[in-house]
Amino acid sequence: MTDIAARPAPRLFANPWIKAALITAAIVLAAIVGARLDGSGTLYKIVIDPFQQMVSAPDLLAQTIWEGLVSGVLYALIALGFVLIFKASGVFNFAQGIMVVFSALTLVGLYEMGVPAFLAVILTLGVMFLLAVTIERVVLRPLVNQPDIILFMATFGITYFLIGFGESVFGGNPKRMITEQLYLPSGSIDLKILGGLVSLQKIDIAAAIIASIMIAALGLFFQYTRIGRALRAVADSHKAALSVGISLNQIWVIVWFTAGIVALITGIMWGARSDVSFALEIVALKALPVLILGGFTSIPGAIIGGLIIGIGEKMGEFYWGPLIGGGIESWLAYFIALGFLLFRPQGLFGDKIIERI
Amino acid sequence: MSTASATLETPAQSAASDTILSLNNIEVIYDHVILVLKGVSLHVPRKGIVAILGANGAGKTTTLKAISNLLKAERGEVTKGSIVFDGERVDRMSPNELVRRGCIQVMEGRHCFGHLSIEENLLTGAFTRRDGNAAIRRDLEKIYELFPRLKQRRNSQAGYTSGGEQQMCAVGRAMMSKPKMILLDEPSMGLAPQIVEEIFEIVRRLNAEDGVSFLVAEQNTNMALRYATYGYIMETGRIVMDGEASMLRENEDVKEFYLGVAEGNKKSFREVKSYKRRKRWLS
Repeated sequence: MTDIAARPAPRLFANPWIKAALITAAIVLAAIVGARLDGSGTLYKIVIDPFQQMVSAPDLLAQTIWEGLVSGVLYALIALGFVLIFKASGVFNFAQGIMVVFSALTLVGLYEMGVPAFLAVILTLGVMFLLAVTIERVVLRPLVNQPDIILFMATFGITYFLIGFGESVFGGNPKRMITEQLYLPSGSIDLKILGGLVSLQKIDIAAAIIASIMIAALGLFFQYTRIGRALRAVADSHKAALSVGISLNQIWVIVWFTAGIVALITGIMWGARSDVSFALEIVALKALPVLILGGFTSIPGAIIGGLIIGIGEKMGEFYWGPLIGGGIESWLAYFIALGFLLFRPQGLFGDKIIERI
Repeated sequence: MSTASATLETPAQSAASDTILSLNNIEVIYDHVILVLKGVSLHVPRKGIVAILGANGAGKTTTLKAISNLLKAERGEVTKGSIVFDGERVDRMSPNELVRRGCIQVMEGRHCFGHLSIEENLLTGAFTRRDGNAAIRRDLEKIYELFPRLKQRRNSQAGYTSGGEQQMCAVGRAMMSKPKMILLDEPSMGLAPQIVEEIFEIVRRLNAEDGVSFLVAEQNTNMALRYATYGYIMETGRIVMDGEASMLRENEDVKEFYLGVAEGNKKSFREVKSYKRRKRWLS
């Protein structure tokens, strides 16, 4: 670090964060000045009014943020499934969304066949494990060393197979998640704070807690266990991992199984908020902006990205949506992701690309 | 080929029971069409250091990968011949099974896990071991003793360490699997002569103290022949010459074309070409 003095002073714009901050500041400044001068008041409605609303009705703000937080946690869970598989096999697993639906359907389907709820959970985990083994044997192993795009296409195949298989076994009708049988709480807690009523769904609280526990457990597993270390090694270099005797086949099964567990939990939580149906699969696409935001290779990135997208979406819909007639929620996430791509293509926490020259 | 196999018989037969690795006439084809190894036979004595020498594209790396079976990951395949490691046919085994049996490769260009710390890199080497954490920790300390530099940098991301440190890390990582034999591919690549010497010293020490056998593929003929006991010289997928390291060091052709010292003055390129022709006849 002795050569630091010898380096030229860094240019202000060289740091992407400073660049982003400066540009944002300039836009905000211009907008505020514009709003002052603007006769019709449009700019005022965009830049100043929403913030005044937030301040004048903090209870609504809290409610909005809470709702954003909860959907953010669930986005984060889906994104986590993607990150796990992407890190270990370099595959963008398009089938993650359908794995969520498939696991939830299996759970409910088994219960409807008369299997006790908790046994059904265990059996569903077994099914997800079988699925992982099958995918490794039938799809990944024969396609090893093929270009990434081929594996990506293969996950499309898995998606359509699971849709067809799920429909033929469990039927295409939406099902109700077995919330009570799994002792998940229902109803809501109404808090009288901030001069109003903020209502928190108990299931949302449970979802947030369960998701946090699982994320923490995964983090510890990755950081401190032999298998976790091997997983990160595989993510770094397949060839080097092979050369030290790490069995890729074993690692792939573990990773797909872990993604299956994550899918099951996501399925239960989403299913509890709406029905269990194939429409849920669309939710998985929301993971895409989350991944762009957080970086494809980072677990903390998936979590924080999920929260940013979740909260941003709800706030946007509530405060800015009415200005253009609502419906912002469905595309705002992609818009935020686009902004991030401009300044930080590897995402907030994506692996820095280490390259020795 | 005939001369190569003729001279081969002697060391192979005399130490048949004490051979840890033997390749018998193996042929390797990439992508089902490209013939890369055209019948390679070689033997590594237990606790020996053997060098494979040759220029780029001679087939050294392919030979090592054929043994460790990393070939499959590159669409290569051993189509003929047999590979026997420690008295067992291993030509159909996965790298994982081979590492379990004690044969591990250190790949050309190090291939450390860039995003893992040095210590984590070393620990991944112990993936196949089942003898418990305490033993692994003990071996980790041993590696640190061998490479004090790695201990200093144990918490740095491997991707940010120097080339020499990465090579040490790669060798250390292989040692963590408690191997009987290490296939070392081009350890000198891109390193300063001093570091190369340091690494070869470690090889010698591991060989002497832990009885690890080495098969080293090298372009740095001079260095390799100083540390190896026996050498094979490869050219375009065949072994064109082999012998005791001391014998190879004294051989006029080797001196001239691999060590860069000829009796008298430098030879012109034209004569090199005629040598090539002569050698083709030899093989």
